[in-house]
Amino acid sequence: MSVASQWQLMWWRFRRHRVAMAGTAVVVAFYAVVVLADFLAYASPTASEAQRSLLPPQAIHWLADGRFRPHVYALQGARDPVSLKRVYRPDPTRKIPVTLFGRGFSYRLLGLIPTDRHLFAVDAVRAEDTLFLLGTDEQGRDLWSRLVYATQTSLTIGLCGVAMSLVLGVLLGGISGFYGGAVDTVIQRIIEIFRSIPTIPLWMGLAAALPNDWSVLRVYFAITVIISLIGWTELARVVRGRFLSLREEEFVMAAELAGCSRTRIILSHLVPSFLSHIIAATTLAIPAMVISETSLSFLGLGLRPPAISWGVLLQQAQNVQALAISPWLLIPAVPVIVVIIACNFMGDGLRDAADPY
Amino acid sequence: MLAYLIRRLILAILTVWAISVLAFVIIQLPPGDYITSYIAQMSASGSFVTEQEADALREQYGLNKPVWVQYLRWMKLVLRGNFGIALEWQRPVAEVIGDRLWLTMVVSVAAVLLTWGLALPIGIYSAVRQYSVGDYLATFIGFIGLAVPSFLLALVLMYAGFKLFNANIGGLFSDQFVEAPWSLAKAWDLAKHLPLPALILGLAGTAQLIRIMRANLLDELRKPYVITARARGLPESRVILKYPVRVALNPFASTIGYLLPYVVSGSIIVSLVLSLPTVGPLLLRALVAQDMFLAGTIVLLLGVMTVIGTFLSDLLLMWIDPRIRTEGKR
Amino acid sequence: MKTPLPILSVRELRTYFFQDEGTVKAVDGASFDVLAGKTLGIVGESGCGKSVTARSILRIVERPGRIVGGSIRLRARSNGGGGEPGAGSVAAPEAAGGQIELTALDPTGPAARQIRGGDIALVFQEPMTSFSPVHTIGNQIVETVQFHLGLDKARARARAIEALRQVGIPRPERRVDEYAFQLSGGLRQRAMIATALSCGPRILIADEPTTALDVTTQAQILDLLRSLQAREGMAIVLITHNLGVVAEMCDEVVVMYLGRVVEEGPVDAIFHAPRHPYTRALLRSIPSIHAPVRTRLPTLHGAVPHPYNRPTGCPFHPRCPEVIRGTCDGAEPVLRPVADGADGHRVSCFLYSAR
Repeated sequence: MSVASQWQLMWWRFRRHRVAMAGTAVVVAFYAVVVLADFLAYASPTASEAQRSLLPPQAIHWLADGRFRPHVYALQGARDPVSLKRVYRPDPTRKIPVTLFGRGFSYRLLGLIPTDRHLFAVDAVRAEDTLFLLGTDEQGRDLWSRLVYATQTSLTIGLCGVAMSLVLGVLLGGISGFYGGAVDTVIQRIIEIFRSIPTIPLWMGLAAALPNDWSVLRVYFAITVIISLIGWTELARVVRGRFLSLREEEFVMAAELAGCSRTRIILSHLVPSFLSHIIAATTLAIPAMVISETSLSFLGLGLRPPAISWGVLLQQAQNVQALAISPWLLIPAVPVIVVIIACNFMGDGLRDAADPY
Repeated sequence: MLAYLIRRLILAILTVWAISVLAFVIIQLPPGDYITSYIAQMSASGSFVTEQEADALREQYGLNKPVWVQYLRWMKLVLRGNFGIALEWQRPVAEVIGDRLWLTMVVSVAAVLLTWGLALPIGIYSAVRQYSVGDYLATFIGFIGLAVPSFLLALVLMYAGFKLFNANIGGLFSDQFVEAPWSLAKAWDLAKHLPLPALILGLAGTAQLIRIMRANLLDELRKPYVITARARGLPESRVILKYPVRVALNPFASTIGYLLPYVVSGSIIVSLVLSLPTVGPLLLRALVAQDMFLAGTIVLLLGVMTVIGTFLSDLLLMWIDPRIRTEGKR
Repeated sequence: MKTPLPILSVRELRTYFFQDEGTVKAVDGASFDVLAGKTLGIVGESGCGKSVTARSILRIVERPGRIVGGSIRLRARSNGGGGEPGAGSVAAPEAAGGQIELTALDPTGPAARQIRGGDIALVFQEPMTSFSPVHTIGNQIVETVQFHLGLDKARARARAIEALRQVGIPRPERRVDEYAFQLSGGLRQRAMIATALSCGPRILIADEPTTALDVTTQAQILDLLRSLQAREGMAIVLITHNLGVVAEMCDEVVVMYLGRVVEEGPVDAIFHAPRHPYTRALLRSIPSIHAPVRTRLPTLHGAVPHPYNRPTGCPFHPRCPEVIRGTCDGAEPVLRPVADGADGHRVSCFLYSAR
């Protein structure tokens, strides 16, 4: 008689949940972007040119002379007669072909393989002809490339933040659930206090406290720590709940009677039982991390330029008048929403698969 | 019942104390203090502050004492109602905060009430008419609330309002009332402006509550007491509303406790986008300027008001669930 | 001997559940009569359609189930259209002969709701979960009374207390303000019966009323039901799988299997001269004090088939020890009177009828 392992059973149940599978596919796609950021971008995210500021997204035209040859129109600089400013307008007479897997700036794929191939590239003759799939921002930086790198940053922070939350949550929740008694009560009260305070003002305070002269990397790390402080209470509650119910199970008593040490019981007996629930709860915590980082950066308290994240990009969209003229600045909101929805679906599916009751 | 009340009261007091400590710690974190940024400000505008002047200022504001002494000093003042001077504005903190704090609470409470007012009927409808068009629509709207962070929603709506109607949908008052003293007319103006910010703030919570209500009610609808009520010949609306809804309300009511802090938090960022005259924009500015008294007081007062709100919701829970009331009576 | 007209007549009732995986024929052609002042027992294994029958009569079958055929006729009250005028009482459409066709009523309409609780009342198996956990018992009885009888608050409350007293609950004026979780199991079931009886129904349907109780309480509840019947003259339909209870309480018995009536008749006939192989097997499987020591308890072999896999022909034939191959697996047998049996004894089996 063959028995399916717990993980196999979980996988089968998960597979039936079609919406969750779709969500997972999206999440995987996003993390593929994280890994392949350099490949997907075609311009340096910091290359700014004031004269290219606030260009709308370029339309890709697919057919040229009846054949499949994607191209964009080159931009012709001209002086606007009214404002006397230099503006760029598309010039239909000059077509710049867009190539797949073309050549662009050099980088290392996956950090190892030096190459200069990118997903899109332009066969440009002149230096100023280039591609702006999603337009440019106020400083003339290409939004598509910046968005790709922002995705990399935001999702990595999200993952690290979740990992830290997890450690904190498992530690406190585990101790609380396993030992019970006074320790449990104290930790429970702490969790309750955290949950009853409006946390954003506090985290704003923490983030504002970061010195202005810290390097981008240090700020990055500090922000990760701060947002991990936001989600740990939920994870701690889940872990504690599982520990409490598992503690009463007979296999724990059996292990104790067999002489296993406390640590051994926790690590090799209890942990595998609730691992699946933890994974589900963790997945559901990612959206909160993403929102936290995006909010903080949006306020100017999180990551600061030259770092790029979704929140940093959205900060440019704060002014409604500016938005009215350049609505494409709001595009970074789209991946935020999509990732949140996808993570929710995936987490729901995992939770149902781990515990169908 | 009394034991329950006392427990919640003690917890509330502990929470307030924890908030005060946390607020103070955070304010003290950044290296340097208000004087440092004051000096930076002065040099940027061309003036020059000597070392002696800096020390004198520090002495005056008590900024050169150890941290815990400063904390005690602060708490003593706070308990007497003196919140100190907002260093940047050179006016008493209470004056600078002014209306903003309680306007924050008005918006937050409005959001919570709106959340309840929407989530309850929609959740009930969703459960009773499962799989209907209305159910799917409600699920979809709930989903938007869940997936879109409130400040993004605010941003999008601001943009839409501007683009489509050429109207500025931000703010809590029409132009003529902004600086005007309080009157019935001003209050009515406020009420007219409340629904939109309240909706934006409350949408995420609404989504959550609809899900909870729907799930709970679906569970309860299958239970025998519902069938018994129907078997007694009562009209269907009564069967649903009087019995399973009442039971499903219990887990629902206990969520208010965590709804209020969540909404108050969210209002900070949303009020920036919508330019609401609440505490949010003021706090941000104070934090950036490291204005200790102002920022700390705002965080403390926000926390206290939230804890009071949560405590009131605990009272509400007690009233709803007879099982808590009769605890120990048997 | 002329038998009195039945209060309730069920003919060829069919209630099906239309689900994604298939159609479940929960009740597939049930017919029986309920007489005033008498107790009818409906027996069968779990899943044979007893409860669905009760709910069909009350028109509270849940989606995706509904009545697809047959008739349920309730005799109208002798003093015209609806007994004591209830709040919003509506005269039900009457068929010829002063009978109301229950299957024709709108289940949520005022006519059906007036009958539910007013003429026919239902008592459930689980008294704990049959009461709302957040309302007092009195509240629920008063509500029913007010709705059906239109009494004001004070008189409704008095009636509730009286109903509690009649079922033997001590100090009813205190109990009326208590919650279900504050009473013991036996008292809860009594309160359940009190609720059902508070509006003076003519028929009481009791669905497994004693299954959740211990034996002593069980006996008390049965006594209570008997005394109430004697006093009020109401009919009782007792649904149970416990044959001992049937023997003690019932005047007539209906045996159901997979949604069909396989045998029916007076209790003595069923118990002393059972004809259908299923009834026989059921009776044989009751442990008896008089049985010889150390003999095996005869049981029915096989199991109740899955509702999606109904056997063709007679529903019992795969498990029947006296099956006739070629006959029993073809056509479905029909209820026919037993030759030289008691009055009203009918059986649905090819052993007793020509094809």
